[in-house]
Amino acid sequence: MISKKFSVNKSKKRCLKYRKRILDISQTVNAIHAAGAFSALEMVDVIYHGLMRKKSKNKFIDTFLMSKGHGCISQYVVLESLGIFPKKYLDTYCTKEGKLGSHPDYGLPGIEASTGSLGHGMGLAVGMAHADVVEKKDTKLFLMISDGELQEGSTWENMMMAANLELTNLICFVDHNGSQSFGITKETHPKFYPLKEKIVSFGWECIEINGHSANELLEAVQNRKTKKPLMIIANTIKGKGVSFMENKPIWHYRSPNPDEYLIALRELGVSKK
Amino acid sequence: MRNKLADIIYKTGSKNKKICVLVADISPAGSMSKFREKYPNRFINTGVAEQSMIGIAAGMALRGFKPFCYTIATFALYRPFEIIRVDLCYQNLPVTIVGMGTGTVYSTLGGTHLTQEDISIARSIPNMNIIAPCDPNEMEDAVKYCCNNSKGPIYLRIGKAGEKTFVNKSSDRWQFGKIRKIASGKDVCILTFGPIIKKAFEIKDNFKKKKITTEINSCHTLKPFDLKGLKKKFKKFKSIIVIEDHSEIGGLNNIVKTAAYEESYLGKILNFSLKDKFIHCYGTQDDLLNKHGLDTNKIYKKTLSILK
Repeated sequence: MISKKFSVNKSKKRCLKYRKRILDISQTVNAIHAAGAFSALEMVDVIYHGLMRKKSKNKFIDTFLMSKGHGCISQYVVLESLGIFPKKYLDTYCTKEGKLGSHPDYGLPGIEASTGSLGHGMGLAVGMAHADVVEKKDTKLFLMISDGELQEGSTWENMMMAANLELTNLICFVDHNGSQSFGITKETHPKFYPLKEKIVSFGWECIEINGHSANELLEAVQNRKTKKPLMIIANTIKGKGVSFMENKPIWHYRSPNPDEYLIALRELGVSKK
Repeated sequence: MRNKLADIIYKTGSKNKKICVLVADISPAGSMSKFREKYPNRFINTGVAEQSMIGIAAGMALRGFKPFCYTIATFALYRPFEIIRVDLCYQNLPVTIVGMGTGTVYSTLGGTHLTQEDISIARSIPNMNIIAPCDPNEMEDAVKYCCNNSKGPIYLRIGKAGEKTFVNKSSDRWQFGKIRKIASGKDVCILTFGPIIKKAFEIKDNFKKKKITTEINSCHTLKPFDLKGLKKKFKKFKSIIVIEDHSEIGGLNNIVKTAAYEESYLGKILNFSLKDKFIHCYGTQDDLLNKHGLDTNKIYKKTLSILK
């Protein structure tokens, strides 16, 4: 399943470019959820470049479904770099001339479903993965959910069904950045933990890794031990790469001002141009 | 009605491998259990988890399947409402939500199981279609339509079991989106939908004794509504009676009266709908309907008073 061409170094370079692109866009519009995108970026890159098998150029055998819709800018920049999105899409992000808003819409190239309301992706993914099983298609369904979505009952209802239906083709990444709109999850919702035990008890294989490490992400998928659906708790840092954004709930939604933007670029070690 | 549903799904599903059924812990009556046994991959019971039923159906529809989601109406529509709105309606997927035992059908189960406002709610969501067949015969046409539908979500509002058949040879043929004349008459027009059509026939019989003839129409497609057909009724009749096993808010009553205003209709419209009140009453379905003014005799007398 894992692409032999995948290079960790190249992935790092790509992720730097994605962060820069997101910061640039953040200077044109407020609604960008940059911090939640920064926690997910390495995962999205690994899914597209390392895990999803290709039919042809930009046509995939496997599916990626972004359930944490508010983090979709992380998917948008990857789709743009792959040429699946024309550049004008992100250039007109959140404007009346454009096609892209801050949550993804079904019907756009590379977008499998409309998400943004949390707790929907797991059901959609179970349905898609099961449909492929019924039709005997050899496909994998890669799903990304936010950790906050594990507070939605619907996510757990569908996790039970994924296990009942023995969906070995379903692989879910949890962007576990531990931070939500309201604050730090550990403080606001202490009984959210332990997480892994809950997931395992719902009939899933579960592994906890560093979500910013491409190697660990790839190994987690490669080394799965059972035929159960697989959930990877990817421990991440919200706002990863920009010190003042890291793990600060205020950055869930807001965009950096022009001064903050320059500091962010400096920290990432990229130039403005 | 539910047996007819199961029969048609089984028959059509044997040929069309894209048809699948999702239930939320409802006993698979009649042919539904045959479908489950024969096509276990295309039959999913999510248990008491209606959000899951709708979400999985949406995922399957995104892959080209035509799912039927089936359970008691309150749980099929209200419980997973936001999943229906976003996954099915916003994405415009061809999923049929079958709401069973609608209106006051579950007359002994209490307010948690009664569906007074389902049409009102379903009508307000863009892309949603609503079909409410009046008898098993109409049910057959409706389910066939749903099996072949590839346009968008449908809320199929049905009764339970043992409904009488009212459609007959002289009835118009069933057509999605069209008001259907079930019985002819010249003096008064009844517009209704669902199994409560039986009251329309009781009233027609009463009028017959007074030499008043009654046209009965099944407005089985509540959305999109046949406004052209309705206009014709406005032209033909001076008195229109609406009978519905549904709240006076957002159902056929509202559809007809809004259109009457738009069309400057000068005739009289009487509506017999459920009141905007929860029902705290147990008994037969008629007991519940009577409490809300849907007593056959009362409807007859009130109607007679406007005909004089």
